[in-house]
Amino acid sequence: MTPDTIDQIFVITKHWLLGYVPSALQPIVSAILSVVPILVLFPLLFAITTVLERKGLGRIQNRYGPNRVGPYGFSQPIADGIKSLTKEDVIPRSADQVVHFLAPLLLVLAAFLGYAILPIGRNMVITNLNAGLLYFFAIGSMVELAVFMAGWSSRSKYSLLGAMRAVAQMISYEIPLVLASVVIIMATGSLSTVAIVEQQAHYTYSLPHWFVFTPWGFAGFLAFMVAATAESNRSPFDLPEGESEIIAGYYIEYSGFKFALFFLGEYLGMFATSGLAITLFLGGWSAPFSFLTWVPSYLWFFAKLLVLICIFIWIRGTLPRLRQDQLMNLAWKFMLPMTLINIFTAALWHFMPAGILRWLACTALLVIPCIALSRGLKQGKKLQVRTYRFAE
Amino acid sequence: MTVIFLILAAITIAGTAAAMSLRSAIHCILALTIGLVGLAALYLLLGAQFVGFTQILVYVGAVAILAVFAIMMTQGPGKTIQPILSTNWPAGILVAAAVFAILAWAIRSTPAHSTPTQPDATVNQIGAALMHHYVLPLEIMGLLLTAALIGAVIIAMPEKKEPQ
Repeated sequence: MTPDTIDQIFVITKHWLLGYVPSALQPIVSAILSVVPILVLFPLLFAITTVLERKGLGRIQNRYGPNRVGPYGFSQPIADGIKSLTKEDVIPRSADQVVHFLAPLLLVLAAFLGYAILPIGRNMVITNLNAGLLYFFAIGSMVELAVFMAGWSSRSKYSLLGAMRAVAQMISYEIPLVLASVVIIMATGSLSTVAIVEQQAHYTYSLPHWFVFTPWGFAGFLAFMVAATAESNRSPFDLPEGESEIIAGYYIEYSGFKFALFFLGEYLGMFATSGLAITLFLGGWSAPFSFLTWVPSYLWFFAKLLVLICIFIWIRGTLPRLRQDQLMNLAWKFMLPMTLINIFTAALWHFMPAGILRWLACTALLVIPCIALSRGLKQGKKLQVRTYRFAE
Repeated sequence: MTVIFLILAAITIAGTAAAMSLRSAIHCILALTIGLVGLAALYLLLGAQFVGFTQILVYVGAVAILAVFAIMMTQGPGKTIQPILSTNWPAGILVAAAVFAILAWAIRSTPAHSTPTQPDATVNQIGAALMHHYVLPLEIMGLLLTAALIGAVIIAMPEKKEPQ
């Protein structure tokens, strides 16, 4: 088998299977054959990520993490799954039954819908939509509605507070998220994720043309990742579910399998946004060096996804939670102006002739406002290093 | 095509009908959201991707959330029982009948042979039209929205206390 056959093995298998189906049924069977692997693969990745995250956090916090179930504790997700399936499903008596039931379903549905446009390998995408990016952000807005439904229908003060925090946070960070990806649309002239990846899969001197290797692409990637962390309610932006303040936020009144569904939806959303970040900035399924193109494209996608997941875990173990006003200030006073400047920089990059001058001008245009803005925001605030005293 | 259209039309009509007849305000908004999503799906069925996704982005992501937030802030989670029929329902029926009559007349008076061929409006073309031909209206809209945004921030800013 040539590397190309291994790279396209899933596509070839699908076409081979479709050959046995009558042509009237082919569109439906083709859709099922594309969707089912996504429905299997990403929940599996979720299971692996939970155990990796708990072990990683354990390492960071100087403890063991799960190590009882299976070899090195890696069967922990199975035990967790059985536990959440067999637990009693408690619904508060005053809860709004229908909305309370629908909220976790809508959340998982919205999280899964995002994968429809992610190219996880060469020729491996469910639909190549003309307006793919627009679709992703439109679907993302359904998550907010699901979170609100969960918080409101529980009829609990904590869950309502959590829902309000979550919706406010998601609305605020959706703006930098979209503005950070606008530079990619400007550079490629397309909203289709497949076209965006294909434009990055070229090489000069064996180095790829990923957008993260340009000043505006790097700044956009950082902004996108910060906004993605906030969108998926992860630490340090986990105010909506801050355990020490409002216990579990909007899903406090959920138990058993519905609670597991919330967990699943949250991680699926995180994977989908990370996948979009990979597609936009990190070259999607393309190899990092031209001499590594023989490695199948889907392996590169998942390798990049795992690296991003590890960074998410690392950040969660490292940074303390933000305060509500700090959260809003970061979104509106720092990230919004910086992403707007980034759009301007991308335009300048497009019109300047290629060369070292373009690099210097664009980097200066990003770094100087960044420093000036942070200095300006710091003024009038007494910031000092907090000293901790530990038990000896 | 027709089967999918009928299903989507039924979902849209059911959603909007529920939005008018449910008793809790939040339920009404959620039902209205179903109607709006059904409408977006109808746009997609007609091949208008940009309009369909923008419909979801704007109406589900912004308008529904805004309405829900407003109700949550003002009403609290308690149930509110409202009468299904408002007191001036005859006037409502009159207005609805008038709107229906005008629309039906407009559709009837359209010559049958002018069934439009499906325009191939891709996102690219819409973007190019907005940036070239309609750039001035776009800029004016942007200015108006920026002014509204600044106005909202000024209203929300805490007032400086006068030293007494």
